[in-house]
Amino acid sequence: MATFTVDGKQYEVEAGTNLLQAILSQSLDLPYFCWHPAMGSVGACRQCAVIQYQDAEDERGRLTMACMTDVQDGMIVSVEAAHAKDFRASVIEWLMENHPHDCPVCEEGGECHLQDMTVMTGHSVRRYRDKKRTWENQDLGPFIGHEMNRCITCYRCVRFYQDYAGGKDLGAFGSRSRMFFGRVEDGVLESEFAGNLVEVCPTGVFTDKPFSQHYTRKWDLQSAASVCPGCSVGCNTFASERYGVLKRLHNRYHNDLNKYFICDRGRFGSHFVNSQQRVRHAAVKANDGVFEYGDVNAALDRAVEILKHEDVVGIGSPRASMEANYALRQLVGEENFCRGLSDSERIVTDQACSILMKGGFKVPTVTEVEAADVVVVIGEDISNTAPRIALAIRQATRNVSFEMAESANIPLWQDAGVRGHAQHQRNALYVATSNSTRLDDIAEATVNALSDGITQIASQIAGQISGESHENTFVTSVAEALLAAERPLLVTGTSLRDPNVLNATAAIAWALRAKEKEPAMLIAGSEVNTFNTVVTCEGLTLNSALTRIADGASAVILENDLYRRAQSDSVDRALEGDGEVVALDVVESETLVKANVVLPAASYAEQTGTFVNYETRAQRFYQVFQPQDDIQPAWRWLSKIASRLGRTDASWTTVDEVSRSALAALPGIDASLEELAPTKDFRIEGEHRVARQTHRYSGRTAMNADVSVHEPKAPVDDETPYSYSMEGQNPGDQSGSVIPYSWTPGWNSNQSIFKFQAEVSGDLLGQSGGKRLFAVPSEPDAEVDKEFDFSVTQPTRPAADGLVPFPIHDVFGSDELSAQSWPVAQRAKGPYVLIHPDDAAVLSASAGSGVRSDALVGSFEVVIDDCVQSGSVGIAVGLNGRVEIPDRTIALVVDPDFEPRQLGDARVIAKS
Amino acid sequence: MSLLETKPLTGRVEEVGGPVFLEDYEAGGGYVAAKKAVTQMTPSEVIDEVKDSNLRGRGGAGFPTGTKWGFVPPGPSPDGGVKYLVCNGDEMEPGTFKDRWLISNNPHSLIEGMVIGAYAIGATKAYVFLRGEYFEPKSKLAKAIDEAKAAGYLGEGVFGSDFDLDFRIHSSGGRYICGEETALLNALEGKRAQPRNKPPFPPASGAWGRPTIVNNVETYCNVPSIIQNGADWFRDLGLTEDAGTKIYGVSGRVNNPGLWELPIGTTIREIIDEYAGGMQDGFRLRGLLPGGASTDFLVEEHFDLAMDYGTIQAAGSRMGTGTMILMDDSICPVDMSRNLQHFFAQESCGFCTPCREGLPWVESLLLDIEEGRGQPGDLEILDQNAQYIGAPGNTFCLHATGAIEPLQSALKYFRDDFERHIVEGRCPYRTNGNA
Repeated sequence: MATFTVDGKQYEVEAGTNLLQAILSQSLDLPYFCWHPAMGSVGACRQCAVIQYQDAEDERGRLTMACMTDVQDGMIVSVEAAHAKDFRASVIEWLMENHPHDCPVCEEGGECHLQDMTVMTGHSVRRYRDKKRTWENQDLGPFIGHEMNRCITCYRCVRFYQDYAGGKDLGAFGSRSRMFFGRVEDGVLESEFAGNLVEVCPTGVFTDKPFSQHYTRKWDLQSAASVCPGCSVGCNTFASERYGVLKRLHNRYHNDLNKYFICDRGRFGSHFVNSQQRVRHAAVKANDGVFEYGDVNAALDRAVEILKHEDVVGIGSPRASMEANYALRQLVGEENFCRGLSDSERIVTDQACSILMKGGFKVPTVTEVEAADVVVVIGEDISNTAPRIALAIRQATRNVSFEMAESANIPLWQDAGVRGHAQHQRNALYVATSNSTRLDDIAEATVNALSDGITQIASQIAGQISGESHENTFVTSVAEALLAAERPLLVTGTSLRDPNVLNATAAIAWALRAKEKEPAMLIAGSEVNTFNTVVTCEGLTLNSALTRIADGASAVILENDLYRRAQSDSVDRALEGDGEVVALDVVESETLVKANVVLPAASYAEQTGTFVNYETRAQRFYQVFQPQDDIQPAWRWLSKIASRLGRTDASWTTVDEVSRSALAALPGIDASLEELAPTKDFRIEGEHRVARQTHRYSGRTAMNADVSVHEPKAPVDDETPYSYSMEGQNPGDQSGSVIPYSWTPGWNSNQSIFKFQAEVSGDLLGQSGGKRLFAVPSEPDAEVDKEFDFSVTQPTRPAADGLVPFPIHDVFGSDELSAQSWPVAQRAKGPYVLIHPDDAAVLSASAGSGVRSDALVGSFEVVIDDCVQSGSVGIAVGLNGRVEIPDRTIALVVDPDFEPRQLGDARVIAKS
Repeated sequence: MSLLETKPLTGRVEEVGGPVFLEDYEAGGGYVAAKKAVTQMTPSEVIDEVKDSNLRGRGGAGFPTGTKWGFVPPGPSPDGGVKYLVCNGDEMEPGTFKDRWLISNNPHSLIEGMVIGAYAIGATKAYVFLRGEYFEPKSKLAKAIDEAKAAGYLGEGVFGSDFDLDFRIHSSGGRYICGEETALLNALEGKRAQPRNKPPFPPASGAWGRPTIVNNVETYCNVPSIIQNGADWFRDLGLTEDAGTKIYGVSGRVNNPGLWELPIGTTIREIIDEYAGGMQDGFRLRGLLPGGASTDFLVEEHFDLAMDYGTIQAAGSRMGTGTMILMDDSICPVDMSRNLQHFFAQESCGFCTPCREGLPWVESLLLDIEEGRGQPGDLEILDQNAQYIGAPGNTFCLHATGAIEPLQSALKYFRDDFERHIVEGRCPYRTNGNA
């Protein structure tokens, strides 16, 4: 430890800590721009100057950049010294020479780090007389606005985009006082992490384009802590609303998960909440087949009538909350409850959970993924299915650069030095997938095969580790690297729908354990709450549930479009048969329109609930705003039906009650709601609620004056620790699960997050939230079957008319709800297939042309991928409303009428 | 003493009467030193000899060359990686043209010096980073490299030893900042020409993250004669504390502008009067930048000082490249300062704030003052900017520090001129609005 003095007060930190970071960790104010807690220092902006004294006698000291200095024991510095303050004001004066004076009409105003730092340094008078430089801006696609005139040239954007996230199409151009940050030409930013530029940019150069359209200030947003529903990682977010519209999502720091960054599916995928496809009213289908709405009671009565049938089936959903799934299960009984996974997904997900819970492997947090020294990705295109994990893997490959820097005496925070010294040296990453991936560029080696082939390769790696001798150099080099690793990590997932891929990956992990290694194993699930549905109960298979409905059983379908889960014909048989259906959902779907009763379900932003992520971490998300029209949380609809049926065992009045019951019902799991997050009775200092609104909230505006000139009474929140008003607090030391937004005096931007942390990039003062439901056993459970049959049916080149289909996932479009968020819908490709160039030649199909097949719904754009096995076809799932792909070879033919979808195409879902 | 012993850098060129290629170079004793070093000396003996010679970097900073070489971890790298030897031939300092002359006229002395340097630090790859506009020097150097390769002095098994040296020219894309050694290395790697933070210093982590030495052309050209004639001979060449000869240059309104190799420590007045032929009729010397545009003005009181590193530094400037720019009494100091600041603002790499944003402000203020739009208080703004931009450590590299040196000294020595511009609202050096 080192003791250092700042303006006469002594502090203790680890020796060698970066001085700026150390000062901020003491919660002191020191302006900065180019430094970023996740990206270290480069010394570009010169804003964080302090005076460093040689010893106690030194009165003059020397100006030094805190971000480029190590803390040494006995160090004496001053932030407040006049010379340092003058210099810092000077830096702002230089930066403001060319910065527009348009704060009042700039969308960044009120949460602009530059604005904060300008106020902090006291610069207020303009002495520069020359003209300001101006730029033409670029159209960077539907996500990111670009306003280069505001740029202060801190280089954070390119450092994040290129260095941190591996993006290639955003760069620093020009030189001297004419530095331009953008693309070579207008066009969509390619990286799925581009949205982080909004938060990385210290001013308003890169802005949240959908948010900009709302002309809303941060201080006028009503926010709550939320959890991203986009994939199985469960990144923490701040979700913000105004006037009944979910305006935007920002990253909410979680020490073990997303830290400072989320992906664009998460950031821009939530506008489905405001979509025109939203189901807003309870409706009953009349005899003529037309829905009648307007009478909630009539809808409930009809639902009750349907549920009085002697045979009732409930189909849950991996995208619905734990509470909704549990309420349905209680209502229909475990033997009549289907978890809502497709049958292929159910098998692979059950296997995943069995391995996670019984395998005895460490299940890594995202932070632990970043710490791995050898990573092997097996059968999962993780950049598309769980992008935040891919970003963490990218960081893991940098660990060797820190070791190299350490031995070269380069401070680890000196970003450019660490990167420059390591050059292209990386930790080994191996990728075995069915198609090319966005991690291939940093992989030591890749291999491409269909899931059978991947299984074979993985089982050979396991064999090689156990002493077998294989010839495949990929197999031998992976085995060698894993055996040499200190923190080996295996990453796989369920997206190929092949349990053998998981089994073979587990076999590698067990082989490593036998060699005294402690492998970590990460299995990405398919949706936000997939793992919750598994731990709930076994339940019916989807096909048996569909058969029962087809045979006349009544059904409750919870937030689930069954056409995405099963083949269309079997869904048609069920929904068009005699069985009557009550469907609850957030957005319209093919399933919903075939129901007899429709009940509008609250989105995640309109209710409080729980999602369980890939680590089985149960995380609470809170209601951001009250739903409008007839919309209610699904569990509440189900409670109301239960109560009308006289079923007190399936009826609750507050979400905390249903959450407690759901947790108590989890087999073999001992988790209390309080361990997950604060409950409704939580009060700060015993008396204050957490305020959803900032204390600068504008209050009454003319926005709703056409309805009433009276300011509406703030709703009372009976279910959460939050208030629907400015009344309450956000002190920062409450549980990380109930931080509604990041703000402290003087720090209006998201940079204020350090004031909520015990130390920079450490845990939150009130600790990051959630609880893992399963403690991983230190040894494999005796019941686990470690002897799998990996005999492989070699994918053989099928007859000329057939290609072996396999699923591919696209970060933009494959996920059901985010695909209906208008920015994502604009960003997403149309339905497409990946095929090998040889197959394209056989088909006479070129890239961009269209193909179709009798076995698939709709036409597909041809995308050529050298990595796809000849004789196979990757089908982008979800983009045509279908996720399940045929289990036999399919014949593709060219569709001469095909037109590829263009960005911003009118066919994309209308924006709300 | 022969010309080669008094003028080790230029003597052979004088003898031959033009560019010296391999035959002439060897006839004058060329490559004897390199062969001696590679075949008879250990690397540490070579470094010690260079240290003993007190050779200091001729690029401007004057860092002891042998000491720098000694920072490179000796012997083969434990990881088997390469080390690099780089020659900084970017020479974009205004008023400086000595390296161009050396490369064009005595290219083998550069190659030989680099062979010795590479051997001393164990580098197997050498680059000459050449200013982009140096087409002619490049063709001469390329020819010399071909000759040296054919003779077995470069490539695999230099002089029949087991020492290999891959030797290449890299033509710069053309930015002043590439003369900063770490920006040069970034440019060499194909990256933006932005300086790097130190540490790590290039001898520990330079080109492509490997141990690297970067020296100036003139520095390398001095090395063969040191190995050949010994450190004592080299030290004795200097007139003052510094060792060896120096190529001095003079530009401005003198009768005979040019370059001369003289014992280091020759006085300013001697260089101007004896070699540059004194001022042209009708012009009086008011001040000079002793070592290129990025050095402080020296004035009358300094003209009898010896041109060596320590003396010029004590006078508040730097010897820099040793090539002087003279300001006579017809030149407006404000306009000259503006011109210099225009250059430096334009050549800023754009990385750090004070340099990127401060220099254009300074330039714009100087333009206002020069064109009669100066306002009371402008000099104070200039002073403040000069202080905050110019202090070493306030900016990321020394580009802005160098840029401010002529301005700060102009504000000190020619302050009356600045004040007159503001008070009179015009440039007193202009008649009828023309300079």
